Amino acid sequence: MTQTELTGAKALWATLSAHGITTVFGYPGGAIMPVYDALTFYPEVRHVLARHEQGAIHAAEGWAKATGEIGVCLATSGPGATNLVTGLADAMLDSVPILAITGNVARHLMGTDAFQEADITGITLPITKHNYVVRDVEELPRVIAEAIRIARSGRPGPVLVDIPKDIQLAPYHGEITAPHARPEIPAPKPEAIEKARELLQDAKKPVIMVGGGSLDAAAEITALARAWDIPVITTLMGLGSFPSSDPLWLGMPGMHGSVAANRAISEADVLLGIGLRFDDRVTGRVNGFAPNASIIHVDLDAAEIGKIVRTHVPVRGDARVAAQMLAEGAQKLDLPEWREKIAEWKTRTQEPDHWGAGYAVKAVVDRLRPDDILSSDVGQHQMLAAQLARFERPRRWINSGGLGTMGFGFPAAIGAGMAEPGVRSIVIAGDGGFQMTAQELATLKKYDVRNVKICIINNSFLGMVRQWQELFHEKRYSEVYLGDSNPDFLKLADAYGVPAYRADCAEELPEAIDAWLNDPKSSLLEIVVPNEHGVFPMVPSGASLSEMIETEPPRPTPGIEKNTAAEEAKNA
Amino acid sequence: MTGNFDPGQKDHLVSALVRDEPRVLTRITSLFGRRGYNIRSLSVGSTEHPGLSRMTFVVTGDRGVVEQAMRQLEKLHDVVKIIDHSLEKFVDRELVLVKVAITPESRVEVRQIAEDFRARIVDVGRHALTFEVTGDEGKITAFIEQMRSFGIIETMRTGRVALTRGSNADIPSHVYHEGETETLRPVVEAAEPRETKAGGVPNLF
Ligand SMILES: Cc1ncc(C[n+]2csc(CCOP(=O)(O)OP(=O)(O)O)c2C)c(N)n1
Repeated sequence: MTQTELTGAKALWATLSAHGITTVFGYPGGAIMPVYDALTFYPEVRHVLARHEQGAIHAAEGWAKATGEIGVCLATSGPGATNLVTGLADAMLDSVPILAITGNVARHLMGTDAFQEADITGITLPITKHNYVVRDVEELPRVIAEAIRIARSGRPGPVLVDIPKDIQLAPYHGEITAPHARPEIPAPKPEAIEKARELLQDAKKPVIMVGGGSLDAAAEITALARAWDIPVITTLMGLGSFPSSDPLWLGMPGMHGSVAANRAISEADVLLGIGLRFDDRVTGRVNGFAPNASIIHVDLDAAEIGKIVRTHVPVRGDARVAAQMLAEGAQKLDLPEWREKIAEWKTRTQEPDHWGAGYAVKAVVDRLRPDDILSSDVGQHQMLAAQLARFERPRRWINSGGLGTMGFGFPAAIGAGMAEPGVRSIVIAGDGGFQMTAQELATLKKYDVRNVKICIINNSFLGMVRQWQELFHEKRYSEVYLGDSNPDFLKLADAYGVPAYRADCAEELPEAIDAWLNDPKSSLLEIVVPNEHGVFPMVPSGASLSEMIETEPPRPTPGIEKNTAAEEAKNA
Repeated sequence: MTGNFDPGQKDHLVSALVRDEPRVLTRITSLFGRRGYNIRSLSVGSTEHPGLSRMTFVVTGDRGVVEQAMRQLEKLHDVVKIIDHSLEKFVDRELVLVKVAITPESRVEVRQIAEDFRARIVDVGRHALTFEVTGDEGKITAFIEQMRSFGIIETMRTGRVALTRGSNADIPSHVYHEGETETLRPVVEAAEPRETKAGGVPNLF
């Protein structure tokens, strides 16, 4: 076929293909049908049919988070497009490069409240890095190329391109646009680096804190920390940016952070933050955050510097380059007192030793191999996994940090698993969140994805909400009990042809985990745990990190009995 | 917002060169709205470059708040360049239409005052005169104050517009951002500054 016979729809696929895009997650509908029709001419692009557009975009996010490359998703107009909204907001807050393509009604119908019309560019304006309506077919490939560039460059994020149906059908005469080079990230100013170095040299209690913007600078940051011999804290988004096995690692900061990380922040005199945005779940009460520290903030997004915390040395630029520059000529700091303190804090960790969600999560994450991808949903199991899992390299931990999106974990694990078919893609989910996107079991079946391992921590509750009700609402468990209406997860999996296993107690767990992981197909493991289990340490919301509650407060009924709360809720 | 900036609340006069594309105005105003920054005045018009518009807005806040707003703005793909005039020597103007009630007794006096302000009469009614006044904010405010005692029926102000003083084309020492030079339409070259910048980009970084 010659170029002159292209339509907008074909030009779209040709452009995606020219950009090396191999997989697109999507769901068809009236206003995107020409694109689906044209797909049949481009067998080099794999389309993955999800069971809900939210599943499609979270899968694209999982793909992007595991690989660092752009994730692409496709939806029809109106309801298809609005079903992408949660994923776009998620990708925006977690800086995930996503290209979302939506169909729309033909141009002459736009603005008339036509069938399945939604003003998706208006709706997604604040939750996309940029968005477009293509109004001229000759611009389509250039728009797509530019959208991909915007999504990937600088601080990555989601870009939406809305294509009216008549544009998809219109003949296209131009060339197919090739990929843009990524614009260079500005190098940090040497003066800023020099100032930072001076602070580090004189520091008595230094700490390095790295976030999701550090994932591609893990090697440089590791070298930097070791050169200065400074302890490192990794945020929820930064887990894996520094090897957990290194003695310098202090764990995660914030609301459910480690004792060592939170105490170190509260006492530090110099805090070097790299690629993080000081989220309120990390800082606690802002004016109690690192109250004694001079803060050096390295970020490529100038708007992040000074947005939340006062910054003494702003360093704008690429985390890799900044870390390299900061490591140059470094000498190990001799700080025996600081090390002693930290060593003491590090002993104050709680290994879950009795049966409960923590015990179950630990049993699962202890089985992780360095290459395994661990994806999590949102809730107690997420915080437990973040506390207990150990990561030696970045992009092995996938979760919804900024938006805290329930329903994210499972489809993201499918996307990650499809991106890296050679590695295990393990997902830990709660019984609540799993049901938000459980229909994606069909996607596993359809594409015979074999490496996705689903683990449901079933505590019969919306556990994290229940924990807050327990702590802050005098145990009034309002609308959080699921146990009376949860499906039989094994039967549910079976209905989709996915093998499933269950453990009801600690004794059954090892065998169940073995069976689940050794199953050659994608498989599901339900672990039924006692329900009144809290995640600690915890910094109550609005408190400062130094006000952390280290261990679970004693309960009126000592020992956690299976299903006590469930019974109470049922009888209430 | 906790910034290591001076706390004084102050009006900041900011210009943005933006790509002339649908929703630019919404993008910018929604960004301000979402983050709780209030725009006191806003004016938009085309520029000498096809495809580029210039917006001038007045934001109130301490320097930290305004810097944060500017840095959020500079991330928008539509925004080619942002200039905070408050850190510069600039000229600014605002146009206002003022409809003043008159009586046979006050008529002459009202006209006299208007002349002093070089206000032009743009409409003459039996009971009202409408004036056009152009000037900086001080002059306009003073004119309105003078007319208040006669009875102002209604006013309409355009919002301020501003340009950097001197022969350079917008080359203040505090340009926040210069966008990438490529757009969908070939308007982009136009967005490039015509002379090299004096003083260099952002002091902080
Ligand atoms: C889409 C969405 N709705 C609501 C919430 C609020 N929320 C946060 S955690 C949580 C409970 C999660 O329960 P479950 O999935 O069972 O996991 P658990 O906390 O029990 O491990 C809820 C409802 C959310 N984060 N996302």
